[in-house]
Amino acid sequence: MTAVTTSATPRFGWTRSLARWETLLVVALLGLIVLGNALSPFFLTAGNFANLIAALMEVAIMALPMTLIVIAGEIDLSVESAAGLASALLGFLWMSHVPLPIAILIVLAVGALGGLLNGLLIARGGLPSLVVTLGTLALFRGLALIVLGPIGVSDFPEAFTAVGFGHVPGTVIPWPFVIFLVLAVVLAVVLHRTWIGRHIYAIGKNSGAARYSGVRVARVKVGLFMLSGLIAALAGIILTSRLSSARADAAQGMTLTVVTVVLLGGVNIFGGSGSIPGVVLAVIAVAVMQNALRLASVTVEVQSIALGLLLILSVVIPTSAHRAKSAIERVRGGRPPPPDSVPRGEQRIPSVEEEPS
Amino acid sequence: MTGASPGPVGAAPLRAELRGISKRFGATQALSDVSLDLVAGEIHALVGENGAGKSTLVKILAGVHQPDSGTILLDGAPVQIGGPAEARALGIAVVHQEPRLFPDLTVAENVFIGHAPAGRLGSIDWGATRRAAEALFAELDVQFDVNAPVRGLSMADQQLIEIAKSLSVEARVLILDEPTASLSAHEVERLFAIVRRLRQRGASILFVSHRLDEVFALCDRATVFRDGRHVVTLPTSQLTTADLVRHMVGRAVSLFPKVETPIGDVLLEVDGLSRVGAFRDVSFTVRSGEIVGFAGLVGAGRTEVARVLFGIDRRDAGEIRLGGAPVAFTSPSAALTAGVAYVPEDRHQDGLVLDFTIAQNVTLPILPRLFPRLLVRAATERAVAIDETRAFQVRMTGVGQLVGALSGGNQQKVVLAKWLASRPRVLILDEPTRGIDIGAKVEVHRIVSELAASGLGIVLISSDLPEVLAMSDRIVVMHEGRITAEIPRARATEERVMYAATGSADGGDGTMAADR
Amino acid sequence: MTAATRSGQRLGAIARQRELGLLVILVVLGAAVTLRAPQFLTIANLSQVSVLASVTAVAALGEALVILTRNVDLSVEATIGIVAYVVAVTLESHTFSAPVAILFGIGLGLLLGIVNGVLVAFLRVPSIVATLGTLSVFRGIDYFIAGSHQVPLAGLPEGFTDPARSDVFGVPVFVLVTVILVAIGTVILRSTRFGRQVYAVGSNPEAAAILGIPSRRVVFTAFAACGALAGLAGVMWVMEFGTINGTAATGAVLAIVAAAVVGGVNIFGGSGTLAGAALGALFLGFVANALPLIGLSQFYLQAIYGAVILAAVAADALILRRLQRSRTRRSGR
Repeated sequence: MTAVTTSATPRFGWTRSLARWETLLVVALLGLIVLGNALSPFFLTAGNFANLIAALMEVAIMALPMTLIVIAGEIDLSVESAAGLASALLGFLWMSHVPLPIAILIVLAVGALGGLLNGLLIARGGLPSLVVTLGTLALFRGLALIVLGPIGVSDFPEAFTAVGFGHVPGTVIPWPFVIFLVLAVVLAVVLHRTWIGRHIYAIGKNSGAARYSGVRVARVKVGLFMLSGLIAALAGIILTSRLSSARADAAQGMTLTVVTVVLLGGVNIFGGSGSIPGVVLAVIAVAVMQNALRLASVTVEVQSIALGLLLILSVVIPTSAHRAKSAIERVRGGRPPPPDSVPRGEQRIPSVEEEPS
Repeated sequence: MTGASPGPVGAAPLRAELRGISKRFGATQALSDVSLDLVAGEIHALVGENGAGKSTLVKILAGVHQPDSGTILLDGAPVQIGGPAEARALGIAVVHQEPRLFPDLTVAENVFIGHAPAGRLGSIDWGATRRAAEALFAELDVQFDVNAPVRGLSMADQQLIEIAKSLSVEARVLILDEPTASLSAHEVERLFAIVRRLRQRGASILFVSHRLDEVFALCDRATVFRDGRHVVTLPTSQLTTADLVRHMVGRAVSLFPKVETPIGDVLLEVDGLSRVGAFRDVSFTVRSGEIVGFAGLVGAGRTEVARVLFGIDRRDAGEIRLGGAPVAFTSPSAALTAGVAYVPEDRHQDGLVLDFTIAQNVTLPILPRLFPRLLVRAATERAVAIDETRAFQVRMTGVGQLVGALSGGNQQKVVLAKWLASRPRVLILDEPTRGIDIGAKVEVHRIVSELAASGLGIVLISSDLPEVLAMSDRIVVMHEGRITAEIPRARATEERVMYAATGSADGGDGTMAADR
Repeated sequence: MTAATRSGQRLGAIARQRELGLLVILVVLGAAVTLRAPQFLTIANLSQVSVLASVTAVAALGEALVILTRNVDLSVEATIGIVAYVVAVTLESHTFSAPVAILFGIGLGLLLGIVNGVLVAFLRVPSIVATLGTLSVFRGIDYFIAGSHQVPLAGLPEGFTDPARSDVFGVPVFVLVTVILVAIGTVILRSTRFGRQVYAVGSNPEAAAILGIPSRRVVFTAFAACGALAGLAGVMWVMEFGTINGTAATGAVLAIVAAAVVGGVNIFGGSGTLAGAALGALFLGFVANALPLIGLSQFYLQAIYGAVILAAVAADALILRRLQRSRTRRSGR
């Protein structure tokens, strides 16, 4: 991946720009830590670190499959409602005296099923994921409300709530963080070390070429959305455990943070590039930022300003930088187009018999 | 070569003059120093093989491309056509093979989009728009519900809307770019009647077509392009089909000589294959060691046949047998597993992931086979990629280079290496040498020859006539979704193939019937 | 014309008659609900439903405009919320008189719409990401300004909330406002250059570019108008509910998008009408009102919004595909 004169590539070499983006993140992170430390002496303590990371774990866990989905060129807006549905369903099942292990299995299965619905509509039905998951965002939340109503269920056994609330014995590391790390490692291996991951990148970069190369595009997408639903349900269970409360409105508004983390992690919103380490870094950055804001007495609600700005900037900065770069190259001029830059229309005379398939 | 003879209408004024137009795309000289004139009230045919430069000329007139050199005069005044909007303002209207309309808007609005009759306060007067549209269609003598949305109308109807659109702006020059490619015989008749009426009104019409019989049926003069150059302009009354074909063919070639190889057993049998709207009743066989050329014009249905063979599209009827056993692929990956590989026509769109490395591209179709335990080992991948590309002599810094950084010819070699890595028994090549330079072309031909010699069955779809003739053991010619001829190597000539490909009624020396 | 074309045109006609179909469904549904719960079909109930639906409808008009250009605006609910609070609080503090506050609210909405427009049209951020971001930013600003403060009904000037409760010749003022807006908007969309450009950009962006239509300006204007209408909806929200805090209109965006989509505004852009979007809002309002009457809880509403969005999108895609197939078959040989 070296020795490439990127000027000849139509899109910028992703590894290099990604490396730059991650460097930027690390710098921003260090800046935030210095700032936070100046704001409060508690900022760098282990206990505080545990707190700031624990509060973000549901988001962090959901961001992992979202990373894969965005790299494949799609998006899943329904995750927050899938997590809410999981919480509500768990509460309902517990109320109905279903043994907890079985209830958890049912909840996970329902999550995967919801993901299957998304995946089938998108990959087989050919509908845009934005709209489909906007619909299921409402649908899953509605189902959560129907299942549990406005009540909260909170008489869960201590063994269950300990998972979300507790720490690894003898440390300050919260259990959900362990779950996140394990998932992150597994998905990082899948994405970066297996051919399934290669297929995901290929779909995001050029799904036509991927299909012609024998990549089962629809199957991969359905699989990704199922994974997303499953993990969202898991996040809903962890949230329920952490708050010791099952509610139909659990995880409301979380999709925004999930998408923000993913895009901040350097994943291209148009698909084809991004990495799990980048997203893990973004999780830490957002956690540190939220913590700094909290220490500065900024309420959670108002923090959403920073989050929204972060989301927009994560898209505006790379695209604008890229546009500026190509504009500069154009102005410098003199560079003849590469031999194959014949305009598409010229290379390929459209034939009427083609139909979208 | 600029000698456009005076038009048949003698004293009629010159409407448009193109003088010494040249256009280059990277390494490809699409047009070199061509000249063409159109007089008022004539229908002027522009013919030539694929790649002769017809569509480039149309796009220059339509404002899509700017010429590198040369001048364009309209009614004697030099003009610059900076963009499509300017072309329209100058009175140049193009009816594309695939109309560019707004499917959600009504017929009337599509006709008048951008210049609808204004009513009070500058708002659009829909009543007037409708009436004006109806008047235009009445003038064209066709029935149309101008209030219906365009979505759902046939291609022929949409073309008529484009023509009405050009009438609505009183176009001085009307360009019909292969308008009949998707029309039925009846629709063609209707279109011709309309075009003749437009000629009577004094319009200059440039008629770009592959169908030679239509050229004679409709046009006053014909201009032939070949390899981006002007060959001849003559009144059609002074031409015969044989003349036109002779002017069109005879391109300069420098090819790798085909290696004669023994032909083995039947690998692929296709029997009565049909897909509605694409092709009908297609039957042929491919044997081991054999190169079967597929000739025909763009849109003849060759790519569509390949797409069905490769499991991208579904067939509606017919049978495919591979090695004697019936197969029905539902996905490219199934086809690849069974030993059928398809090298698509559009390298950038379908063939390569441009910002993957060469190694990543080459191994993409075989990853599951290469790494059954899911984990990709970079060293293995590299080694395989180096192995697979060695025979192709790709000019690269290494297999870790991004494919997008390679030249077109080298990209095409990577494409070939990629598909061959899956060790297919049958290889379908779709326009494998389009847009690459002559050196790379020769190399591709050498590789294809060697592949056949190694026992593969090869289907070579190409619009490059000399290439098909030189490479193929047998040539299947398609025209409008059907096989019109199957010609063995020994009897194949450019003229014979061209007759079959253009669907010309007279069979030249009477060998048009398929040799089957 | 062949049978295929005719069936194609019939499908097109069906798609065009979405508004009519919605009206029929409304009447049938109304009749069915009335059979079980006669109190549904009373003037008082119907006018209450339509007044409530008008707030959604006004916002849905702007949303429809944005969707017509192949975009979506998820930030409308935050715009409504922020405008509602700012209008209420400036009235409470007597900073503005009622007319000025109303204009200020609409102006603020316009400003927020312009922010979206710049992001999407000029900075080319995909609309879903841009407006998801501004949803969060606007709502955050709303919380920041409001804190835990709540403007009580009594804090508003005498008579400010009257428009939500009064009528002109039996027609509620809000309904009248909506109808007038639909009428004006329909004329603009139908008969002005800008209006036709909105449809053209959404219907076939490539062809629009070839025609030299300034797509970015059109998209920008649509977002700006959407913001202004959301601002007006925010003002109406204050009049309707009286008591306002920083959480006003939370979650309303799904109802607004659902209203536009169920009203026949094609989520793929290019087709749909404002009347349809308004009727869609009315339809959802009736459903919300009818649920308790037929013994279903309000909690079904959210699920219905979701199902409606999915069903509408699937139906639009299906019609599109059917039409394309009939076209290919026709041109087939």
